[in-house]
Amino acid sequence: MSTEVWGVGAVPAAWTRQHLLDIESLTAEEINVILDSAVAFKEATAGCTQKVPILAGRTCANLFFENSTRTRTSFSLAARRLGADTVDFSSAGSSLSKGETFIDTAKNIEAMGTDAVIVRHRTPGTAHLLAQNLGCAVINAGDGPHEHPTQGLLDILTIRERLGRIEGLTVALVGDISHSRTARSNIWGLKKLGAHVIVCGPATLVSKRWEELGIEVAHDLDSILPRCDVLNLLRIQFERQTTRPFPSVREYALLYAMTRQRLERAKPDILILAPGPINRGVEVTPDVADGPHSAILEQVTNGLAVRMAVLWLLLGARSADEIPG
Amino acid sequence: MQPNRSLLIEGGRVIDPSQDLDRVTNVLVEDGRIAAYDAVATGGEDVIDAAGKIVSPGLIDMHVHLREPGREEDETIATGAAAAIAGGFTSIACIPNTEPPIDTQASVEFIQHQAARADQCNVFVVACVSKNREGKELAELGQLVQAGAVAFSDDGSPVYDAELMRRALEYCQMFDKPILNHAEVRELTQGGVMHEGLVSMILGLPGMPAVAEDVMTARDISLAEAVGGRIHMMHVSSSGSIELIRRAKKRGVRVTTEVCPHHFTLTDECLRAFDSNFKMSPPLRGQKHVDACLAALADGTIEVICTDHAPHAREKKMRELDQAPFGIVGLETALGLVVTRLIEPGRLDWPAALAKMTINPARILGIDKGTLRIGADADITVIDPDVTWTVDPLKFKSKSTNTPFAGWKLRGRADTVIVGGRVKLQTQEADSPRRPVRAH
Repeated sequence: MSTEVWGVGAVPAAWTRQHLLDIESLTAEEINVILDSAVAFKEATAGCTQKVPILAGRTCANLFFENSTRTRTSFSLAARRLGADTVDFSSAGSSLSKGETFIDTAKNIEAMGTDAVIVRHRTPGTAHLLAQNLGCAVINAGDGPHEHPTQGLLDILTIRERLGRIEGLTVALVGDISHSRTARSNIWGLKKLGAHVIVCGPATLVSKRWEELGIEVAHDLDSILPRCDVLNLLRIQFERQTTRPFPSVREYALLYAMTRQRLERAKPDILILAPGPINRGVEVTPDVADGPHSAILEQVTNGLAVRMAVLWLLLGARSADEIPG
Repeated sequence: MQPNRSLLIEGGRVIDPSQDLDRVTNVLVEDGRIAAYDAVATGGEDVIDAAGKIVSPGLIDMHVHLREPGREEDETIATGAAAAIAGGFTSIACIPNTEPPIDTQASVEFIQHQAARADQCNVFVVACVSKNREGKELAELGQLVQAGAVAFSDDGSPVYDAELMRRALEYCQMFDKPILNHAEVRELTQGGVMHEGLVSMILGLPGMPAVAEDVMTARDISLAEAVGGRIHMMHVSSSGSIELIRRAKKRGVRVTTEVCPHHFTLTDECLRAFDSNFKMSPPLRGQKHVDACLAALADGTIEVICTDHAPHAREKKMRELDQAPFGIVGLETALGLVVTRLIEPGRLDWPAALAKMTINPARILGIDKGTLRIGADADITVIDPDVTWTVDPLKFKSKSTNTPFAGWKLRGRADTVIVGGRVKLQTQEADSPRRPVRAH
C-alpha cells in the first residue's frame, strides 16, 4: 500500500538524518523534504484521517517531562496512523522523583525496544543530550525556550498551503520571543526558505540582538502591520518568566493583542496563525481567532501531517527492498 | 620528620619573578630550604636533571574548592591536594564554602590537620567573611586570623550586603588581610545558566549578563576606595569589570584580581554542546570578554591566574543543564593552558606568566611563598615547557572529572614538584618521548 500512497515508496535520498532536534541545523532542502512529505501524507490519508501502516511493528515513546496536550496527542495519533505502537511516559510519579537522571530514564525506555523517542523537556538541549546518549531516533517536541521543530514546520506548511510560497513573504512573530521555542523554530525555517522575518513585542521580551541573525526587530505592532503577509501570535509564557517583563496583561493586550480594529490596518488577505494554546483576549481576540483570516485549526491538522512525515523520514524504509508487502 | 638529603636541581632555566631572576643555573636545596645557586654536585645529594626545563618557585593557586568537610563525594582535602601536586602547585588556598562553612578556629584547624595528614602540598585556609556564610554578621575574623586564615571570602555567594562588605574591609585592615569577593548581582542572574548574549538567545537558555559582574565590582571598588582595605575580585570574566579594576588601580585603590584559564580560553559558543562541563559561574562569555581578559593579563591589570577548581561528582553534572551545578575542576589543566594559550602564542613571557602563579598570589595572601630566594622554603616546580600531553580526566588525581578540556592536547606540564625540599611528583606520562629524571 505504501508504494501506491507514495509514488516514491522509500525515504528520499536527500534525507539522511537520524534525529530531528532543531530547525537551525536543517538545510532548506531538508525542510522542503519534510513539507512535501507532509503534503503527500495529507493527500494519501484524506487529511490525516486514515491509516497508512508503513511503520507497523515500530514503537514510538512519548517522553514528556513537561505538560502538553496538543503536541503529545498529535505525535501519538501520527504514530498510530502509521501503524506504530506508542507508549507514553510523563514525569509525574516517575523515577525522576526518585533521583534518576533523565538520561537514565530515557535509556531505560529505549531498552524496552523503542525505535523513536519523542521528548519534551523544560530545559534547552535535552533532546540533543538524548541524541548523544541513545541509539534510537530522537525527536525534539520542545526543549524549553530553545526549539520546537515540528511546530515551526507545521506553521510554515500552513503558510505555504494558504499563500502558495514562503520566499518573499513578510512574516511577523508577535509576542514573547525570548521564551518562545516556536519563535526560534519559525525564525530559522522562514529565513532558510527566504521569508523576511519580523519579531515584534515589548522590548523586554524582544531583544535588539535578534537583528544579528538578519531579522527585523520591532516594538510597535501597528507600524509593521500594513507590511505583513502573515502574523504568528505567540503565547505569553508566564511560566518561564523569572521577572515580570511588562507592567500588566492589560497593557500587553492594549499594545499587542490582535483585534478586529487592528485588522483594519492589515493587508486584506493577511494570514493569522497562533500555535496554541491561545490566551483569548491577550494575544488575540475571539473575533479574530475564529475569523476568516485565522488558520489556527488548519495548523492542528498540519501538525499531524508534519509529524507523520517526520516519523516516516526517521523510521521509514530507506530503499525499495525494505518496503513491506 | 627526617631531615632530607640535599637536592641539586641541575642545569634548568631558573625563573623567579620575585627576584627578577632568569638564568640557567643549579639550585641546591638543603634542610628543606633554598641553600645556594651555582652549586656543583658533590656526590652527596640527589640530583634532578633539569636541562631544557624551567625551574620555578612552586606554583600557588589561591582559589580552590576542596569540598571537605561536607561534600567528600566531590573531593577531599587529600585528593584535592594530590591534584594540586599533579598540576604543579605546591600551595593552594581553599575557599570556605564547605558544609559547614569554615567560620571558626576549630574548622580552620580541621583543614590544617587534614592537609598535614594528606602531606601533599601546602594548604592555606581562606575563611568566611560572615558567620555561617550567611552574609549577615561578620565572622570572628580576629580569631580566624589567629588560627591561620590568610584571607576572607563568602565565595559561592557574593558578600551581598554593602554594609557588611564595608565593615569587613574596615575590620580586616587591622590584620592586613584581603577580602576576596565573587561579584554577581543576583537579581540580574537569577535562573541563569550561561552568559547572556547571542548564543544564549539562540539556545533559549537563561542568561547571566556581564553587567551583573560589573555592577558589584564597581560597588566593591567604591567601598574599598572609601574605607581602605584590600579587595580582591575573584575570577574576573567581563570586559566591564576589568576596565573598572584597571581604572581603580590607576587611582591607587588597593584592588587586585585573578582570572581562570577557562575564561581566557573558552567562549559561550561552547554551550552549543549543552554539556554541563561548560557551566560555571561566572559563565564563559563572548570573544570580546575573552580578549579583554587576555589584554588585562598582558598589561598587568590581572595579576593572578587561579583555577577556581570546583569538583562535582559525575552524577551531579550528568543532570540537565539547569539542574547541574556550576563549576569545573582546574588544578590539573591550568599550567598546560597557561603555556598553550598564553606563553606559546607570545601573549605572556615565562617570567610574567609565572609571576601570576607564584609571587603575586603569595603577596596578596601575605604568605612567605612563591620565591626561590636563599633561605626560602624549597617549594619548587620544575616544568617541562615542550612536552605535549592529552587531557585524560580518568587519570586525574582529583576525585572529580568535570573538565571541559577532556581530549585537549596541551603543551607544558609539571615535571617535578618539590614541597619543603621533598619530591612529591616526578615525571608524568606524556605523548612525546622525553628524558627520564636522573636520581642518584
